[in-house]
Amino acid sequence: METCYDLVVVGGGPAGMAAALEAHDKGVEKILILERADTLGGILEQCIHTGFGLHYFGEELSGPEYAGRFIKQIKETDIDVKVDTMVLDISDDNVVTAVNNKDGLLTIKAKAVVLAMGCRERPRGALSIAGCRASGIMTAGTAQKYVNIDGYMPGKTVVILGSGDIGLIMARRMTLEGAKVKAVCELMPYSGGLTRNIVQCLEDFGIPLRLSCTVVSTHGKDRLEGVTVANVDEHLKPIPGTEEYIPCDTLMLSVGLIPENELSKNAGIELDRITNGPIVDEYRETKHKGVFACGNVLQVHDLVDYVTEESQLAGAGAAKYIRGEKNCDEFVNTKGENGVRYIVPQRISHDTDKDVKLYFRVGRVLKNVTLTITCNGEVIYTKKKKKMCPGEMEYVPIKADIIHSLPADSTMVVSVKEDA
Amino acid sequence: MSKRELVCVSCPIGCSITVELSDSGEVLSVTGNTCKRGDAYARAECTHPERMVTSTVKVEGGRLPVVPVKTSSPIPKEKIFDCMTEINKVTLKAPVSIGDIVIENVLGTGVNIVATNND
Amino acid sequence: MKYDVAVIGGGVVGALISRELSKYDVKTAVLERFNDVAMGTTKANSAIVHGGFDAVSGTMKAKLNVEGTAIMPQLCKELNVPYRNNGSLVVAFSEKEMEHVHLLYERGIKNGVPELEIIDSKKLHELEPNISDEAVGALYSKSAGIVCPYELTIAAADNACENGVEFIRNCLVKAISFNGSEFVLDTSKGDITATYVINAAGTHSDEVARMIGDDSIKIVARKGEYYLLDKSFGHLVDRTVFQCPNEMGKGVLVTPTVDGNLLIGPSATDEDNKDDVDTTPEGLEFILSKALKSVPSVNVRGAITSFAGVRAHPVTDDFIIGYSDKNDRFINVAGIESPGLSAAPAIAKYVANLFAEKASPKKKADFNGSRPAPVRFRNMSKEEREKLIAKDKRYGRIICRCETVTEGEILDAIHSPVGARDVDGVKRRTRAGMGRCQGGFCGSKVVEILSRELGVPMNEITKFGGESKIIFDRTK
Repeated sequence: METCYDLVVVGGGPAGMAAALEAHDKGVEKILILERADTLGGILEQCIHTGFGLHYFGEELSGPEYAGRFIKQIKETDIDVKVDTMVLDISDDNVVTAVNNKDGLLTIKAKAVVLAMGCRERPRGALSIAGCRASGIMTAGTAQKYVNIDGYMPGKTVVILGSGDIGLIMARRMTLEGAKVKAVCELMPYSGGLTRNIVQCLEDFGIPLRLSCTVVSTHGKDRLEGVTVANVDEHLKPIPGTEEYIPCDTLMLSVGLIPENELSKNAGIELDRITNGPIVDEYRETKHKGVFACGNVLQVHDLVDYVTEESQLAGAGAAKYIRGEKNCDEFVNTKGENGVRYIVPQRISHDTDKDVKLYFRVGRVLKNVTLTITCNGEVIYTKKKKKMCPGEMEYVPIKADIIHSLPADSTMVVSVKEDA
Repeated sequence: MSKRELVCVSCPIGCSITVELSDSGEVLSVTGNTCKRGDAYARAECTHPERMVTSTVKVEGGRLPVVPVKTSSPIPKEKIFDCMTEINKVTLKAPVSIGDIVIENVLGTGVNIVATNND
Repeated sequence: MKYDVAVIGGGVVGALISRELSKYDVKTAVLERFNDVAMGTTKANSAIVHGGFDAVSGTMKAKLNVEGTAIMPQLCKELNVPYRNNGSLVVAFSEKEMEHVHLLYERGIKNGVPELEIIDSKKLHELEPNISDEAVGALYSKSAGIVCPYELTIAAADNACENGVEFIRNCLVKAISFNGSEFVLDTSKGDITATYVINAAGTHSDEVARMIGDDSIKIVARKGEYYLLDKSFGHLVDRTVFQCPNEMGKGVLVTPTVDGNLLIGPSATDEDNKDDVDTTPEGLEFILSKALKSVPSVNVRGAITSFAGVRAHPVTDDFIIGYSDKNDRFINVAGIESPGLSAAPAIAKYVANLFAEKASPKKKADFNGSRPAPVRFRNMSKEEREKLIAKDKRYGRIICRCETVTEGEILDAIHSPVGARDVDGVKRRTRAGMGRCQGGFCGSKVVEILSRELGVPMNEITKFGGESKIIFDRTK
């Protein structure tokens, strides 16, 4: 089947839906969302806890409720949706090849494409935990799907490695459903999750959080029978003699998320080495003309509200591109230094028609921080902040006039420093 | 008199707050917070802590075997597990829509259990 | 249940032997203790088809290695199993090691290994630019190759099954008695009667031999640990890169796999527990440090999984193949350690001949040795994909995103002659769950499909049989 669309959105999660709706609002006529799962909503469908939408809707919603509001809006428009559809390829001239079990192979010519494929969890192999191949070792997200969507218990006695938000949320979720969560181990000396989640998911239930601690090996023949945990030194290496055996039938991993950019890579789109997402401008256009990226495929977010905001930018950008109004080829670049790990967007059109927020993460927990932005050695912005942690995405707003006033091709450098 | 150590969850700073409580459980003082929200959080947390509860309920004849639910507003923290017992008693029949009341006035708290997805 | 031949063990050796036997008019059963074939040594080894210069001249190992390597390409073609004749290099890091390389060369010539060449550092680095600058030369064996051992075994089993062999799984042999004309095997699936028994029980073949009073065999379980790296590292070397061998084996190698990943390993430690396939921090560290010596750009960040396998090391250091001294209807095929995979096709023919010489079975007229190629959506052209989906829509539903595996392929794997019954079985047959997310997304969907197709509840589906259940009871 061959068709033409103005905009094809790859992924029907919060990012894809917000981008499609924004593009629709901005007058783009033929829009198609391609979603690989059997419903719209993406990962939010299994995130049944609340806490979504505090910024965007001013309400505390569950994941499906947050997604539900966008699904409802999509249904009220003429945006086309194909679920159970996997995109296989995006060509140089933005021809999207996809497949499903109704239409077979789909070849879709698109004027613009928005990439919104989300991210995946880092699996065990990437950690090289020694030990057995028994069943019962899974990512927290996989466990979440079993409990919340399929309605099955993935384990009865659980150790969780990684204190990112998914790990913390699953500690509470498993406890409420009757499992015993023995410990949450975190390699770093601080948790990667929100304080609120540490309090309400662990402390409320007396689940110990062990910082600077990791799982060194797994034990069991068929089903997991236990894990050995050990404390780690400042180089994150296990300290001999601190090993402790914890019997458990399940090890859940919440050890990081990786943007799912196989499609982008195959399309030859240049990625940022730190974010593992595409290099984009202020409208989230990648270096591949007419291809935009937003949400967790671009950078891993901690709040869906920010995903929505970012995706609206991508949707608006795609609309501008389709109208032929996006053709600046002079940019001001951005760069993080001294504790700022990365900046999104990595470049900004020199003639940008709007103020820009620079999103970033720091590399470690910082207190009483001064944030400075310089360009060619000149300070153009400073800001003080009490605390910054790697677990929370930060941003600084930059006025459009400032961008215009900088020389084309120059670089804005964002850095942070703890006050003495 | 007793002391309680809390980490404030009102914002990302996560202040360490110390609350002094009288023997009858009255808040005598709140220290360590850096804003009013921290004071309010600490007082609430020590006198009547409340939590949202989310889980799933069994559905018959739906797309999926379970549908997610939540408390329409927070309930007293000590009632979390009793609330789970009530939630686990329910079996719904499809169709279920977002916002459908699954249990009215759960445990006499005045709070409803509502569906948070369609099935 | 009564058979002419019972083959104990469904590894690569047992499966290929049963396929050779299916060329005759004999009733054969393969008794496999696990939920699938290829679950022991076959599942976790270096996946190499060796040139044949390692084994001491005149040994069974030397003879069957060279013969097996020669037939492997044709066998893989018949069974539609990926095989690549990529060649191998034994790299020397000193003049002293170079002497050993010369020794291997001469031994290879004596063993009848074709296309051997000693190359200098310059030629070596031209062939393999990522090999360490420290390397001074190498033995280049052009006949060596790579193959997927479990795909070969599954294909051989499927083909044998199509030709009448029965595969009985979860069938552990506990005792064997002989009444003068027949064996009675006491198994976890009840009594099985057979006129001949072929002992291909891998690391447990000494215990099986003892069941008939043959205590001439002693097998040591030698564990080897491996890292498998993402496909983005698969190009680091094109040929299989060995270091100079030592008394524990051929040392740590760095090799591409037929699927395009990079495999490094193995370590070599002797284990008391023959089924211990746990990886260890020391073992993994060891193989990494050794691999870095050969190819400094190997990076453990690219690891998608690590695993261990156990080789059946015979204390006599050579394959033990032949009728037992205790019973002339009982054939031992024991101690099949490296180069066992390379030799397996030749071992199978050799054993079938041993059987045929004594039992004089009739050749079958209708043996069909070719096994149809499984559908591999990811390797197809647009036109092929269109045709396939038109034929069956289920080939249009992608289940595994990382490896692009369709529902149709998973159904084929479950419903093939010796079909997948668990999640790992689906993985080995289709690669679903073998990619960079390691089943994070597709794992639960595979469980769902297995549950539907096998007609058992989701919480009875296992990872690899036994008690390896994936989920417990319903939450509600």
